[in-house]
Amino acid sequence: MKKYRFLYYLSLMGLLSIGISSCQKDNFEAPKTRFTGHLVYQGKPIQVKNTGDQISAVYFELWQSGFGKSGAINVYLNQDGSFSALLFNGDYRLVIPSSQGPFLSLENEQTHSDTIPLSLHGSTDMDIEVLPYYMVDKADFSIGTDSVVTATASISKIITDNRAKDIESVSLYVNRTAFVDEDNKIAFGSIAGSDITNLSSIKLTAKIPEDISGGNIGVADQDYFYARVGVKISGVDDRIFSEIVKVQLK
Amino acid sequence: MKKIYLIVMMASLLASGCSKDFLTNDPTSILKTDQVFGSKELAFSALADLYKGYVDLQTITNWSEFTNYDEAFPSEAGNYWRVQQTDYPYDWWSIWNYDYIRHINIYIERCRASKALADEDKQRFIAEARFLRAANYFELVKRMGGVPIITEPLTYDYNGDPSYLQHARAKESEVYDFVLAELDTAQQYLPDDAGVQDRASKGVCLAMQSRAALYAASIAKYGAMTPSVSLPGGEVGIPTAEARKYYEISRKASLTLVNSHKYSLYMKKPEDLSDNFAALFYDKSNNPEVIFAQNFKLKSGTIEAWTLNNQPRAIAEEAQGGRLNPTLNLALKYETLDNKYTPFVLKNGADYAYYDQETDIFKNRDARLAGTFILPGSQFKGKDVDIWAGYYVAATGRIITSNVFGGLAQLPGRNYKEKVVGGSGPIDGLEFGAQTGFYVRKFMDPATGSGQIGTQSEVWWVRYRYGEVLLNLAEAEFELGNKDSAAIFLNMIRRRAGFKTDLTPTQITFDRIVHERRVELAFEGHELFDNKRWRIAHKVWNGQSISITDLDNGIGKAAAPNTMAYGLWSYKVYAPGTANDGKWIFKVVKPSEVTAAHRFQTGNYYSKINQDIISNNPKIVKNPNQ
Repeated sequence: MKKYRFLYYLSLMGLLSIGISSCQKDNFEAPKTRFTGHLVYQGKPIQVKNTGDQISAVYFELWQSGFGKSGAINVYLNQDGSFSALLFNGDYRLVIPSSQGPFLSLENEQTHSDTIPLSLHGSTDMDIEVLPYYMVDKADFSIGTDSVVTATASISKIITDNRAKDIESVSLYVNRTAFVDEDNKIAFGSIAGSDITNLSSIKLTAKIPEDISGGNIGVADQDYFYARVGVKISGVDDRIFSEIVKVQLK
Repeated sequence: MKKIYLIVMMASLLASGCSKDFLTNDPTSILKTDQVFGSKELAFSALADLYKGYVDLQTITNWSEFTNYDEAFPSEAGNYWRVQQTDYPYDWWSIWNYDYIRHINIYIERCRASKALADEDKQRFIAEARFLRAANYFELVKRMGGVPIITEPLTYDYNGDPSYLQHARAKESEVYDFVLAELDTAQQYLPDDAGVQDRASKGVCLAMQSRAALYAASIAKYGAMTPSVSLPGGEVGIPTAEARKYYEISRKASLTLVNSHKYSLYMKKPEDLSDNFAALFYDKSNNPEVIFAQNFKLKSGTIEAWTLNNQPRAIAEEAQGGRLNPTLNLALKYETLDNKYTPFVLKNGADYAYYDQETDIFKNRDARLAGTFILPGSQFKGKDVDIWAGYYVAATGRIITSNVFGGLAQLPGRNYKEKVVGGSGPIDGLEFGAQTGFYVRKFMDPATGSGQIGTQSEVWWVRYRYGEVLLNLAEAEFELGNKDSAAIFLNMIRRRAGFKTDLTPTQITFDRIVHERRVELAFEGHELFDNKRWRIAHKVWNGQSISITDLDNGIGKAAAPNTMAYGLWSYKVYAPGTANDGKWIFKVVKPSEVTAAHRFQTGNYYSKINQDIISNNPKIVKNPNQ
């Protein structure tokens, strides 16, 4: 009987000590500061691939020094060039890795490099200006009864000096959902950069594999689709896109 | 009672303790440095441990690594993801094994300091360790680009500032130069003996120089095609001007090996060239072609499971096997014997093409096809591999099959059930079957018991062989503008594969060289690194879906897209009373597990250096495009 009483006291003490120690010092408050904005060129958002696949999507890095080993916080862009991250207040350095995105970073006036100093005190909305190789100024889509989507696009070359790069291909992507890019598509059509004669009027076609004569592109009663035009720049992995447009069949 | 125990214990403690040498006894379970380097045998076994650290990306002990690049399909549910992910992650193929390099450096230092070892043993051991270090730096530079070259064991002196241990990355070319120079030194002290195949020899030093210099040369030459894959400090990328120098080094090393006449192409079974090609990989007695291999031995704990993993399901010695399915993509590359790239004939006008025998469709092709693949209709270990997808009912065009291996069903007009699918499948989505219609034959062990879990196999993993050196030589000669001699060496390989007509020097092109390496060296760990050094990987795995037409059109073209695994299924024709009854037709299939098209991005050319490594050593610069 003595033995059991001893165990009883032991467990009581254990419970007591848990009661005293837990739920105070070792829990941090979750970050609350919201850092949002767009990657833009002259106020126009840079349209990129969606973030679904973290390998090929476009991101920038936030670095914060003073906490042991250094490692970046990667902030991924949405399709429309917007981003948002929940962070602690503090001083960060923002870097767009040189390989990321269909654009070049601009030199920052303060650091004279591509590093942008960022000090967060409360939620911040900030547009980051970059220099894209190309911009898709305009893309219009129409659909014929033969299920062929036609796009007319106009592209302007932004970087024309010795850093300029050629267009490898221009493609039209069509998808059922609002995520449209080279991996998320039900139909696409391409032309090679060498076949383009006039950047301001590019015509692309893609045939939707399903029969749309009943006003349906395949999924239950869906009589609309999404489309956009993407430009593959030679030597750059990420494409630049036009805005995503929802096209109604009728 | 208790007291007695207590007294006995106390007494025994008193009796035993406190003798004088208690604290100076030698440990019985640890060998000290001077003991290890005091005997030849122990120093050798420490060296054997270093051999164990040799790094391969694809090897017979990790079959699934072969299925990432559409040369093969993984017929095992746990590995389907390999054909379902689009992008190759940037940290794939990444290594940073400086612990291994430190072990080698320590070994060299201690071996050199040893007084007990005979000079000739010492020299050979050190040369072997240097060979292994060179091999490891070659592996590092292939995957990471230029890395810090550390040749001494580094030791921290606890002064609070470790920065003297932080070394910057060497240039990519400097690492190649280091590898080539180390092999120059090592080969002087290594046996010049073709019988030494699982330890370092002069031959493997030359073979490695031949390969490494060729890599450096092609990076210098073809790096110009991908200008963004370079770093300003030269950690990645080699100046174009150096291409010629490296091609010449490679050519010289290959020629030295060829002219030594110590090795030759395996030709023990001239009556059947396919068997001959298969035997080249499993025949371990007096094999004249194998230069360096990782050896295995039955009943010793060092066995390998390649045959167990990949044996034909129909005749498997366990209820498994058939994991690695070579693809139609690869099979298409094997030429017909008239030196032509010929797609398999599936149609005769609008109707199917009918074949009398299941193997007829593969007739008159490069002998290496049947030497590398277990083809439908063929045998393994003397038994039928039983690969056929079902019955084709000619009258209605229907397919009758089953969803279990060797399953039964009733054919129209018959009143009994019979077997309607092969014991190996193919059945779509059923693991361990030949889902592409093929199994692998290279490195498969024909010995009984090789497919049993309790026995397994002692077939070796061939890392360097004479055939590759000839291909290296042909490539170097071609790039140096000597098409005549390129043709000579390429034809040596092709004659062994059964080609009667030689290629003429004008027929030797870059595409030819690439093609010949693909078919000769399939499943030997070359595909990825070759495509990287030729800078065509981003074109071959471009993320675009491909059709069978694309595959047919792409045969013989180095940079043709190869992003999805395809298969070729055979069907038995059921047409009672007609001439076609019992004949065979073939259909192209894409296994339904194949859902993504592989994409290799420019950031994949050199693997990602982990952020931890950069944090520890700020002198390390990142690889490009990451």
